[in-house]
Amino acid sequence: MMIIIAPGAVALIAAILAAAISIVDKVVNNYGEVELDINDGKKKIKLDGGESLLSSLAGQEIFVPSACGGRGTCGACKCQVTSDVGPYLPTETPFMTKENLADNIRLACQVKIKSDISIKIPDELFNIKKYDSIVKSIVDVTHDIKEVTFDLQGEEINFEAGKYVQLVVPPHGKIKGSTQRAYSMASKPGEKDIVRLLIRLVPGGIATTWVHTELKEGDRVELVGPFGDFFRTPTDTTMVCVAGGSGMAPFMSILFDMLDTGELDREVWYFFGARTVKDMFYLDELRELEKKMPNFHFVPALSEPEEGTPWDGATGLITDVLDKYLKEEIGTDKKREGYLCGSPGMINACNNVFTANKVSLDDIFYDKF
Amino acid sequence: MAPEIHPIVLLFASVFTSNILLANFLGMCSFISISKDMKSANGLGLAVTVVLTITSMLNWVLLKFVIIPLDLIYLRYIIFIIVIAATVQILEMVIDRVSPALYLSLGIFLPLITVNCAILGVALFMQIREYNFVQTVVFSFGSGIGWWLAIMALSAINKKIEKAPVPPALKGPGITLITIGFMAMAFIGFSGMLSVQ
Ligand code: FES
Repeated sequence: MMIIIAPGAVALIAAILAAAISIVDKVVNNYGEVELDINDGKKKIKLDGGESLLSSLAGQEIFVPSACGGRGTCGACKCQVTSDVGPYLPTETPFMTKENLADNIRLACQVKIKSDISIKIPDELFNIKKYDSIVKSIVDVTHDIKEVTFDLQGEEINFEAGKYVQLVVPPHGKIKGSTQRAYSMASKPGEKDIVRLLIRLVPGGIATTWVHTELKEGDRVELVGPFGDFFRTPTDTTMVCVAGGSGMAPFMSILFDMLDTGELDREVWYFFGARTVKDMFYLDELRELEKKMPNFHFVPALSEPEEGTPWDGATGLITDVLDKYLKEEIGTDKKREGYLCGSPGMINACNNVFTANKVSLDDIFYDKF
Repeated sequence: MAPEIHPIVLLFASVFTSNILLANFLGMCSFISISKDMKSANGLGLAVTVVLTITSMLNWVLLKFVIIPLDLIYLRYIIFIIVIAATVQILEMVIDRVSPALYLSLGIFLPLITVNCAILGVALFMQIREYNFVQTVVFSFGSGIGWWLAIMALSAINKKIEKAPVPPALKGPGITLITIGFMAMAFIGFSGMLSVQ
């Protein structure tokens, strides 16, 4: 008898308390209908208060970048709040610079909408959509990088070459919640019906392991985007691009877009660093591009070439190769812009090479991942 | 049978002579970590007092009408803890609504209280000592006030210590533990006056 009574009593008490919690939640967390005003009346939305700004916006199909999925740990969901929503939370302050504080920039995932609120977000965020895509193809481009192409099923994506999308990784195996990860698009803006990503296997990485071991052609995957502010300037300054590994993606998009739009006069140098021949990819495509674009120069370099494997390109650390070319080939007399995509370590090292060769930090653009 | 202690005596005893923190050493972790600035200490003290009083009342009712009649005394830990967790959750929502300013200052401390052993300790004391309802309310409220008093005192002392030439190896938790030892000794001075066992 006791065997039934004991767990029954505990369960009953827990159930009563759970009911009490949800009743209080319904009553106390009911802030009624509130108005969300975006960009000085450009868009006015009525919604139920009580939720975070981030999820309320997502409910309206307006997607603010949120790499951590609203946990307050990535700082990506910053947006300007122009009405009073109370003081900063301790979870927000670590992400705020002095300028942010002065402009009342807040983390959208931490701000709870309790009354009418007005915010300002960049206009291009209205362009961000959630895409219900189907995996069209998965190709191994190296031993640890896969080129995954997603079919947007009739929807169109409008973006500038260099931007990224967030891949929504569903719960799988031991990973209980859904997570999002950002990847630069390798497809070009002209290809509006697909998105192509280069995904390198990161040991222990949630998203990359999932892509490499579980994702199959024909699977449905959600993508959110486009995001980012990494794209070429609308000038004719010489571009010096440096990438490693899957940092290839945005440059494929940028270069092929330049070819498509006839931007052939601009001088572009593209340095791509890999360790060995088996880490090198897309060589043929880029060589082909070199033939079509007279001012484009592609410089692949291996840092640890293996003996016995033929290689006729440059060797050495990509920073050394870059330094040599900046001094000898590209020259330091005219203005140059640096474009970097790769690990933080590579970016910092390249930054140093650039500044040592008189490229100012203001003219260096990068995407760290 | 409830012991014959006058509620006023019990109140003084729980605040001073049997201070939950300095006589029983319960609730130490948050006591040490939050005592650096007065404002947080004050907030946490208030939160502990409120949660302690409410949960002890609820737990007393459950003890009297569910746990003892059904002979479930061996399940008291789990039941007490469920009640504490749920109360904290509800309180969090209510405070957020009623006083956002207070919520902001308590923000991260409130959930911490769920695992504050002073709260569970008081619930267990009231069961072992067989307090009646009034005694339970007085005892838990007094214990909360006692905890609050102790953390305020410690944060005040910490403020002074900040400027004192503490040997580097003792800075931080080291000197705090020594200070707490002295405070406990001072409180032992009260112990002959009243006894609540
Ligand atoms: S979504 Fe990551 S901090 Fe808000």
